Amino acid sequence: MIHVEDLTKYYGDFCAVNQINFDIEKGEILGLLGPNGAGKTTTLRMLTGFIQPTSGTIRVKDLNIYRDTFEIKKILGYLPESAPLYHDMLVYDYLIFVSGIRGIEKEKRPSHIHHLADLCGINEIMHKPIGELSKGYRQRVGLAHAMMGDPEILILDEPTSGLDPNQIVEIREIIRQIGREKTVVLSTHILSEAEATCNRIIIVNHGKIVADGSTDTLKQSASGGHLEISLQNADLKSVREKLMPIDGVEGITQLDGEGYLHLRINCKSPPDIRADIYREIKKTDWVLLEFHHETKTLENIFRELTKEI
Amino acid sequence: MSRIKYIFKKEFGLYFISPIAYIVISIFLLVTGWLFFSTFFLYNQANLRNFFNLLPITFSFVVPAITMRLFSEELNVGSYEILLTMPVTSLDVILGKFLAATAFIVVMLIPTISYPVMISFIGQLDWGPVIGGYLGAILLGAAFTAIGLFASSLTRNQITAFIIGMAICLGLTLIDKMLILLPKGILGLLQYMGADFHFQNIAKGVIDSRDILYSLSISFVALYGTHIVMQERN
Repeated sequence: MIHVEDLTKYYGDFCAVNQINFDIEKGEILGLLGPNGAGKTTTLRMLTGFIQPTSGTIRVKDLNIYRDTFEIKKILGYLPESAPLYHDMLVYDYLIFVSGIRGIEKEKRPSHIHHLADLCGINEIMHKPIGELSKGYRQRVGLAHAMMGDPEILILDEPTSGLDPNQIVEIREIIRQIGREKTVVLSTHILSEAEATCNRIIIVNHGKIVADGSTDTLKQSASGGHLEISLQNADLKSVREKLMPIDGVEGITQLDGEGYLHLRINCKSPPDIRADIYREIKKTDWVLLEFHHETKTLENIFRELTKEI
Repeated sequence: MSRIKYIFKKEFGLYFISPIAYIVISIFLLVTGWLFFSTFFLYNQANLRNFFNLLPITFSFVVPAITMRLFSEELNVGSYEILLTMPVTSLDVILGKFLAATAFIVVMLIPTISYPVMISFIGQLDWGPVIGGYLGAILLGAAFTAIGLFASSLTRNQITAFIIGMAICLGLTLIDKMLILLPKGILGLLQYMGADFHFQNIAKGVIDSRDILYSLSISFVALYGTHIVMQERN
């Protein structure tokens, strides 16, 4: 659907985006994750054709961003950060204006607008000036704006920034709903959000991609991780003797636990050593009470990948 | 074409949503009406020459006030990003805004038609120069609108846009008044550049293609400049 190759953007001497490559498939919800100033917004703006890349190519379907900017704009809906809309206009007038520019036939406009209003929950504020709306409602109007004319691709820049928790949940639900039929690219610096809404995540830092994959693969591929087991009828010394020789085990430490042994096994992953450990335990007369694989949270991965060196 | 229409509608509508339109129109009518009628009965002549004489000066102040928000506000609020990521070209945006502001100036001039109508009751009014004057006023308004639009594209501060626009318009109006100080060689050129010079020709009732061409070329140059500035921003 979208193909990005060696995309680079310089602002004067400052390199905001540095040779990034990725492909987005149809029907994906892609989260662009990164700390402030990592180049998320710049990347999205280049995808929409609002700013020109310094070098590199973007292809949307078979269209080239330099040559077919106009055609790309037609199949793309965009919500900029903090939804900068015309403050003096009424919500309904604004949506009518957008539907006109989007080339929706006159007879279909009211029904299409009502459909979007239902989806985004803005029915009761249609008659208000945009400038008087709360941030959450403005964001919803922006979302309705982006979805006008059913574009195939939606690009949302920090769609939930500045919203209260209830609104965040609602907006996420809307995005998930849209994501069933459309390709969505959204940027955020909130990890739980990316985890909750996206099926694929790209982490950027200093204009470079540092990780790319689904939430599960990202968690698995991150170095480290540990197992927690609880054993009855065993002592720490013999456990160490039996389990340390297994390839991949880096250390065993005792955690709390009364009447049984609660251990943490630090291991390299991959390879997955759970089977080896189980087999080793089966040979003894220990009683296995608990066996738990603790993966790294996305938060740890994110911090690891984007921390300043 | 239809995209220009929607931008035109939006911009034209926005003028009348905010109170600015009514304030500007009131001030314009008050200033021109007062300046015109304060001397009208002294001259004791049934024509509008005095009204049209002053129009380039009043337009130099009023038109930049009308155009100052067109781009500055969009750049300041950030709505330009939303506008330009819809399927429109920057040329659509520029032309839509230009036509909307020009249409607003026409609306602003409509109440002044009551002057010639009133005068025609109290004396013999020659309608030729009046019609020429209004045609010239619209052309002048369009040229100044283009200049104001250009000024507005330069900055995100509306006050700065107003001052830049006013300076250029006033410069063009007064350029042929300062010719005494200059060498003879460039006199013709500078006179040709003066907006007032061309406007007065039309206002006399003489419709010369050169004067019309002047307005159109000023509009074209300023709009093209706006286009370049907005392209450079991306």
